Amino acid sequence: MTTMIDLPPGAPVPPGDHAALRVEDLSLSYIVRGIARPVLRGVTFEIKPGESYGLVGESGCGKSTTAYAAVRYLARNARITGGRIFIDGSDMTTMSEDRLREFRMRHASMVYQDPGAALNPTTKVGPQVIEAFAVLGESRPVAEAHALEALERVQIADPRRVMQRYPHQLSGGMQQRIVIAMALASDPKLLVLDEPTTGLDATVEASVLDLVRSLQGETNAAILLIAHNLGVIRSVCDRVGVMYAGKIVEEGDAAAVFDKPQHPYTLALLRSLPRHGIRKSQRALATIPGSLPPVGATLPACVFVDRCPLATEICRTIDPPPVDLGDGRTSKCHHIDRLPELTEAPARAGAEHAEQGGAALELSGLSKTFHQGGHSVPALVGIDLTIHDGETLGLVGESGSGKSTLARTILGIERPDAGGGLELDSHQLAGRSTDRPTEDKRSIQMVFQNPESALNRGWTARRILARSVRKLTGLRGKAIDKRVDELAANLRLSQQHLDLKPRQLSGGLKQRLAIARAFAGDPRIVVADEPTSALDVSVQAAILNVLSDLQVENKTSYLLISHDLGVVRYLADRIAVMYLGRIMEVGDSEVVFRGPNHPYTEALLSAIPKVDGEPGARIRLGGEIPSPANPPSGCVFHTRCHRFMKGICEVTEPPLIEVEPGHQMRCHIPVEELRRLQAEARRSDEVLTTPPEALEAAEATAENDPA
Amino acid sequence: MVRYLLRRLLLGLITLWLLATIVFAITNILPTDVGRTILGPFAPPETVAALNEKLGTNRPLPVRYVESMIGLVTLNFGDSFVSGSPVLPQVLGAVGRSAKLAGLALLITIPLSIAAGLYAARRRDRLADRAIVLAGVTLSSIPEFVTGTILVVVVGVQLDLLPVLATAPEKADLVTQIRYLLLPAVAMAIVYFGYIARMTRAGAIEVLQSDYIRTATMKGLTTSQTMRRHVLRNALVPTVAVIAVQIGYLFGGIIAVEKIFNYNGMGATMLYAAQRKDLPMLTAGVIVIGLVYMLATLAADLIIAWMNPRIRLETER
Repeated sequence: MTTMIDLPPGAPVPPGDHAALRVEDLSLSYIVRGIARPVLRGVTFEIKPGESYGLVGESGCGKSTTAYAAVRYLARNARITGGRIFIDGSDMTTMSEDRLREFRMRHASMVYQDPGAALNPTTKVGPQVIEAFAVLGESRPVAEAHALEALERVQIADPRRVMQRYPHQLSGGMQQRIVIAMALASDPKLLVLDEPTTGLDATVEASVLDLVRSLQGETNAAILLIAHNLGVIRSVCDRVGVMYAGKIVEEGDAAAVFDKPQHPYTLALLRSLPRHGIRKSQRALATIPGSLPPVGATLPACVFVDRCPLATEICRTIDPPPVDLGDGRTSKCHHIDRLPELTEAPARAGAEHAEQGGAALELSGLSKTFHQGGHSVPALVGIDLTIHDGETLGLVGESGSGKSTLARTILGIERPDAGGGLELDSHQLAGRSTDRPTEDKRSIQMVFQNPESALNRGWTARRILARSVRKLTGLRGKAIDKRVDELAANLRLSQQHLDLKPRQLSGGLKQRLAIARAFAGDPRIVVADEPTSALDVSVQAAILNVLSDLQVENKTSYLLISHDLGVVRYLADRIAVMYLGRIMEVGDSEVVFRGPNHPYTEALLSAIPKVDGEPGARIRLGGEIPSPANPPSGCVFHTRCHRFMKGICEVTEPPLIEVEPGHQMRCHIPVEELRRLQAEARRSDEVLTTPPEALEAAEATAENDPA
Repeated sequence: MVRYLLRRLLLGLITLWLLATIVFAITNILPTDVGRTILGPFAPPETVAALNEKLGTNRPLPVRYVESMIGLVTLNFGDSFVSGSPVLPQVLGAVGRSAKLAGLALLITIPLSIAAGLYAARRRDRLADRAIVLAGVTLSSIPEFVTGTILVVVVGVQLDLLPVLATAPEKADLVTQIRYLLLPAVAMAIVYFGYIARMTRAGAIEVLQSDYIRTATMKGLTTSQTMRRHVLRNALVPTVAVIAVQIGYLFGGIIAVEKIFNYNGMGATMLYAAQRKDLPMLTAGVIVIGLVYMLATLAADLIIAWMNPRIRLETER
């Protein structure tokens, strides 16, 4: 369909090419208390039909604003101050409200983070999907038929039943499929995906990304993908633009940009990621000095100049023009030729981490059962686990696997079932922290994902630290101040920072403060629950370095919970994999990443979108994590396992046994067999999925679910 | 669902019992001589004693408490100290009249204020929104006896459009009854208009900022389709809860309005009973108002559960 182009008189007609989306020198400001604060400073890029384009950059760089500007869904205080946006040749910036509505209906769609919120909670899924077709003018029965088709297209198994459900009755993955189905209803020219898989489990993320890739082939829609996870961008996008402070600083073929960055910012961003399997003992992560300029700041000619190691006088005076590097590759930098000067930090001398010490924390047969409405829900089942002196134990698994319950039980927030052992330095800990002596409380501390909610908002950083020092160490008077200064110095918090309140600190500084607080009493164990997942990668790098340094200095043991396997690989000495409240595999970090693995671990590892683009096995688990109230018989993973063996797996639960030195696994398949199968899977292109007989077994159990 | 209802009703009964006990405590522990209050300061002591004997107000507290609780269970609240006839029919009559007045007031105010609130949310920060919010705040801050008096003077007396007394003649038809009740109902409606409209506006603005409204906008729905299909139901949940509380309040009687329009509703009845130390009447009145409160909040919770499936699932447990 051709669209009329209505331009203001005198405006130049856009070149007659076929870009599905073309953004031309777009500038945008947010009006805050009457003052315009620029957020986009001349963004230019285009996406061809069928092409997928990724925008990357740290929070505040303007990537989401760009995406929302593309469909003109902007905050009430946003003003487009310059430039134009063409979708399929029509200028979005000058469209009337009515035309805009028509345009969104037929030509542009959007999928975003948190699919649960994107669906009306009080209306069943069916009417919501049908509406997306009915609005196009289809009659009710036609719209209904199309809605069913659309749900099938996004691989929803039983669309009729799903349409009868309310959104909250469905899993996050299902919800996102439904939102995607609605977005595709009009067969749009442009599909904007804003962090579509953030907050979903890795296994679910992998299948949603598979879906996006397969739909891309079918629809010929241009895709604009926003994601902070560079692996997601790499696995989906053809081309990528790197944004910094409201500008695209580098652009090009996704693989080329990630493999050979041509802008100091891109290079720094990629180096701050824990990738290529590097570990804390080998090298500190690169960090980017300074911080992102605040929204609306007046910036010198090159926006990155204040943090750039290559900057010279010219960078402050002349805005670097885009340098064409061939193959659609551009970089806005005066000093591309000097990029090789930026070498990576040398590998650390010294051996792999220190000798394994004695046991700091020992869990034996630890269980936790919740009681809900007359049902008992076993959240932890017979956990045997040791955390040694000065080591990091990484805990991984999908949401609902019991990771957080385990952390809470260790901290004494949840009281474990009677009979289990929870020993700190060989003495039994009381089940509840309120029953523990101060000495034990001091010894086990916590760092949360969201430091904001863990710090008293009304207090200064200094007061927060002083209170923890007083509470945990028994120090008094001047000794407290001395300890506070010491902690601040260790975490690189300045005296000025100490006089600020948490909300005046940036996310990274807040997390430093939270870590300083946890270290106030010289703890033996620090439980860190997703300590960096709310942070940008360059900030994450700094936090991971700090955690690693503190560990070396203080011989503290960490229990690290993270869904980011790059982070786990970097920081953890050993890794435990949980599923449905059980430990499925535990072993030295390198051993676990090398394999052979428990099939569940294998699936988790294969699901991670890799920023290096290295090929690997493709395993897509069927079904969803079962309800812990009604765990499957035999091996609890058998209902989703791609290596399911009928007659054994659903009958007997395998024990957690040592398959090689320092490597335990809970699987019926012999380790050598797993080694062979997994090497085979890595070589083949075939996608491994849960066999139908396992899924049938899953359905049979689900029907007996009492919940 | 049945279990949920039973639990709610049981809780309600306990509330009523507590309420009755509190009323009993307040009315009986105050050191006053009921016979003396009724007969006045100049009556001879023997007459007072005889009246107290007759009313049973000279018996020990525990006996009277047990008696009043038995009365509560058997719905026998005793005879009025003043008129000597059973109180329950009198109270029920007053409640009926209050229900008519409150019902009419709500019938006027609910649709108007919800429509105004939704419209204001849709036109947020524009002139219409500012006007509605300002009008709402102004109207709710003028006491109902002021609006009532102005209505009487302007509409009732000067324009002579509607009767200034609320009580319709015996056996009047529905239209006539409404004509009589209209002025006091409007006086009450005005007070609640601003309150409910602002609640609705706040609820709708919150919903309008949610992600699923963005979904609806991106689908290409018109604003009115979005409002009807996606905003209304979600935005009204807090409003319903507010209205429920107001119903109890309206039944308790807007004494000033009843006085101005000379209407014998719950407010006037209770005030009269309190002044005369008519304890059985007072007790029955408080219990009945408590019952109305209870039923109104129960109804609101059921409506909210019907509107919001997530809450519904919880009630079905």
